[in-house]
Amino acid sequence: MRIGVFVCQCGTNIASTVDTERVAQEVKKLPDVVYTTTYMYTCSEPGQQEIQRAIEEHNLQGVVVAACSPRMHEPTFRRAVEKAGLNRYMFEMANIREHVSWVSNDREANTKKAIELVRMAVAKLRFNQPLFPSRVAINKRVMVIGGGVAGIQAALDCADAGLDVVLVERRTSIGGKMAQLDKTFPTIDCSSCILGPKMVDVAQKENITLHAYSEIESVSGYVGNFAVRVRKKATYVDWKACTGCGVCMEKCPSRKVPDEFNEGLSFTRAINIPFPQAIPKKATINRSYCIYFTKGKCGICAKVCPAKAIRYDMTDEVVTEEVGAIIVATGYDLFDPSAYGEYGAGQYRDVITGIQYERILSASGPFGGHIKRPSDGREPKDVVFIACVGSRDASVGRPYCSGVCCMYIAKQAILTKDHIPNSRSYVFYMDIRSPAKNYDEFVRRAQEEYGVQYIRGRVGKIYPRGDRLVVQGMDTLLGIQVEVEADLVVLATGIEASRGARELAEKLHISYDQYGFFMENHPKLRPVETNTAGIYLAGVCQGPKDIPASVAQGSAAAAKVLALFARDTIETSPQVASVTERACIACGKCIEVCPYGAIRWKELKGGVRKAEVITTVCQGCGLCNATCPPKAIQLQHATDNQILAEIEELCA
Amino acid sequence: MKDNFSRTVAYYPGCSVEGTAKEFDESTREIFRVLNVALREIPDWNCCGSTPSHIYDPLLSAAISGRNLAIAERMGFYEVMTPCPGCLKALKGSIEVFNNPLKRKDLLNILDMPFYGRIKAVSVVQFLVEDVGIEEIERCVLFPLEGITIVPYYGCLLTRPPKSAQFDDPEQPTSLDRILEAIGATVPHFPFKTECCGATYGVVRKDIVGRLTGRILEMALDLGADAIAVACPLCQQNLDLRQEQIERYRGRSFKISVPYITQLIGLSFGIDPKKLGWHRLAADPQKLLTRFDKLSKKRPTEPPTIR
Ligand SMILES: Cc1cc2nc3c(=O)[nH]c(=O)nc-3n(C[C@H](O)[C@H](O)[C@H](O)COP(=O)(O)OP(=O)(O)OC[C@H]3O[C@@H](n4cnc5c(N)ncnc54)[C@H](O)[C@@H]3O)c2cc1C
Ligand code: SF4
Repeated sequence: MRIGVFVCQCGTNIASTVDTERVAQEVKKLPDVVYTTTYMYTCSEPGQQEIQRAIEEHNLQGVVVAACSPRMHEPTFRRAVEKAGLNRYMFEMANIREHVSWVSNDREANTKKAIELVRMAVAKLRFNQPLFPSRVAINKRVMVIGGGVAGIQAALDCADAGLDVVLVERRTSIGGKMAQLDKTFPTIDCSSCILGPKMVDVAQKENITLHAYSEIESVSGYVGNFAVRVRKKATYVDWKACTGCGVCMEKCPSRKVPDEFNEGLSFTRAINIPFPQAIPKKATINRSYCIYFTKGKCGICAKVCPAKAIRYDMTDEVVTEEVGAIIVATGYDLFDPSAYGEYGAGQYRDVITGIQYERILSASGPFGGHIKRPSDGREPKDVVFIACVGSRDASVGRPYCSGVCCMYIAKQAILTKDHIPNSRSYVFYMDIRSPAKNYDEFVRRAQEEYGVQYIRGRVGKIYPRGDRLVVQGMDTLLGIQVEVEADLVVLATGIEASRGARELAEKLHISYDQYGFFMENHPKLRPVETNTAGIYLAGVCQGPKDIPASVAQGSAAAAKVLALFARDTIETSPQVASVTERACIACGKCIEVCPYGAIRWKELKGGVRKAEVITTVCQGCGLCNATCPPKAIQLQHATDNQILAEIEELCA
Repeated sequence: MKDNFSRTVAYYPGCSVEGTAKEFDESTREIFRVLNVALREIPDWNCCGSTPSHIYDPLLSAAISGRNLAIAERMGFYEVMTPCPGCLKALKGSIEVFNNPLKRKDLLNILDMPFYGRIKAVSVVQFLVEDVGIEEIERCVLFPLEGITIVPYYGCLLTRPPKSAQFDDPEQPTSLDRILEAIGATVPHFPFKTECCGATYGVVRKDIVGRLTGRILEMALDLGADAIAVACPLCQQNLDLRQEQIERYRGRSFKISVPYITQLIGLSFGIDPKKLGWHRLAADPQKLLTRFDKLSKKRPTEPPTIR
């Protein structure tokens, strides 16, 4: 084989700690290597042309580029060699940036390691075979998981473009956190007035199928052809018959059910529609509070339902939806402030969370939009807000900024003044984070026009004095201890990954960070793609952000799906398993270990059985290869021979 | 001495219980007798070094306390118990230095005796809650403190800093609350249970202690407490011995008894208050004791079964 090696300097990224010239000279000595060179930016257009020129001039049959991570530029270089007439799998990449130059300053050691990595790549390349992708049709339906504002936006954009959309929401209504908010910064427009119409659109679009009160059971397949099993949890109400009239809710005798939508500030009934604008507007029975389910008698809702929709014998149902792409928009949950004993959350009823305060402010909230204290219903005069509760604090495992609380504190303080003109608001903060359009102006308005007292410092203790609360903290600008007597304390609890995010990520085979937020493919350049083709992200499930950013990501994810669906077929990677039938002993171990169900039996003449790979399902993970006793099943482009050649070269 | 106790633990009394906090030591020894735990005092123990040594040089402090630990280890103990949270911090500091690979050698050099750093230091309260157990305390109660309202005061050190204390919740601890409930007292939620009393500022800045200890006393009084239960000689000193001083400073009369938790447990076990050192308290506890006598006469309880 005639092999060419291109050692990239990546400007100074590589060249400053690796002697790229020496790497090129050393590997020139290897058998089969007929051409080597270094280049400043190999990925640039002239750099790629240089490769193509060398292929032609030196009749190269294989190319090695020693540069950055293959996750960065392998596709770029594969395309480049293909243009020059080589099969794209006759190319190997040695990562001498992320794995070498960026990790150590020891030039000598780095250079040695770089040479070794290139030698390994050359050794592997000698065993490479041209591989050819096949094409399969794309199923042009898209699934959106999570019906918060990000998911709603993505679903509507896709539907507007004519796609069939399946929207899966875990709760009984879509809307997410935004549906719980009163007004939104920085314009103070009413949250349900701007979200409500979008929710109605979802219900009315004929090409959107909504599975509410449903969760993802399992996911199989690959880009263009996923099969998703969705568990539709039993609602004990036939939603086709239910008209959402609400009579059942009125008559239900189980009245002490904590209202999740109102964040536990009020009670709802065992059978309920979560809020007036709910989509779908259908009733659901909460089994753990239903008297029929807990005591075996009652059945009042069944008697009063004019539509005869109650079904106590309903069970979960699992449906399979086939889609070509998936947008994940599962949002977030909020930090549990009981980790801070000094704030007394859960102990003092008038220490509440920001989201609870949103409900209190809301006209459809537990107190009809009148600000009252949960303890005695009195209107507060002094309200203290505490920022960064469960954010920017490594001691509770949350070192990151939640990004929205500084802004919603300012909003809530402004609204407090609007509701109760003679009230006073105080904010204990670390620093104020308000970097978007019109945001800092908004915080300034809170301070200057609304007279909100901002105190820079942390709170050390909250304790009761009479029926009020004393907030004792530090003013770090004045360098003194301060005490503020308050009627109500609002903790700006931080954003954390949605409950069950990790489990969902594992079902989808996408990655998540140490806090459970889903990982984008590239933090700057591929912010809505995951590293699994055909699966995209939108909203807070990817990291804390506000509504404008969530909506933007929802639309961005939709655009990515539309771009994918602009083609009718899709190439499938040939880097999949394949069986050498002669060697297969039909033990069936590969079928057992395959996590994707991509291997099945094939009957040969005379009833002989052999394993067979369904190439469109195989994800190329290599488990079968590692398990197969006679090594009859091999992963293309990572065969045993190729890997052994690399190891031998390293040990030589 | 015949050893018919169910278990034995190394005991490090510390200097303050030989002086101002004698009743802490007396009552601790008394209740552990009832609880069937033998305290083996570390022979020839020395001062933990206290604040001056660790401010001057942490290594010095580690070595001073390390000696006591090393002796206890040599006697075959895996756990040493001390009444004083200050001493506890010094003992724990010594183990922390031992566990620091950069400092271990220096420590062992100074100590010049075998030390393996496998011993654990606990406070009397931690030992009561985690080793003896609340149920066992409850089982030994002859005269529940029913009708008596007591607030628990933990001070700064018993549960903090959380990394070194490794005991209870640092900000909202409940161990003393639970013990008090077990011995029958009424225990209101005490918001200042971990607020600082001013500690050694009592000597140099009386105004600070006047303010800090003052608000603790006031909060207790406002909650209708008959007593403040403590577990630290220094806190006890500020709340009890300085109470009159603080009364003058705050212009308010407190007259509230500040016994150690062990003295209260002892009462409920039916031990003579004199043996528990109640007479040593500065704020006169007679009112409390009389009340206890009157209430408990009416309710004779079954004696505990002695194992
Ligand atoms: C107190 C407070 C006030 C705020 N005020 C403002 C404001 O004024 N302005 C502003 O711009 N931003 C504000 N925000 C931020 C705003 O709430 C978020 O930016 C926005 O809601 C993010 O939308 P989302 O769709 O990404 O997530 P979410 O709203 O959390 O929606 C996610 C949806 O996915 C569903 N889901 C979760 N897991 C699954 C699963 N496994 N399967 C199916 N469905 C699932 C959830 O039930 C939910 O319906 C505020 C936040 C808080 C906490
Ligand atoms: S947005 Fe403000 S309050 Fe929220 S975590 Fe960041 S800095 Fe703290």
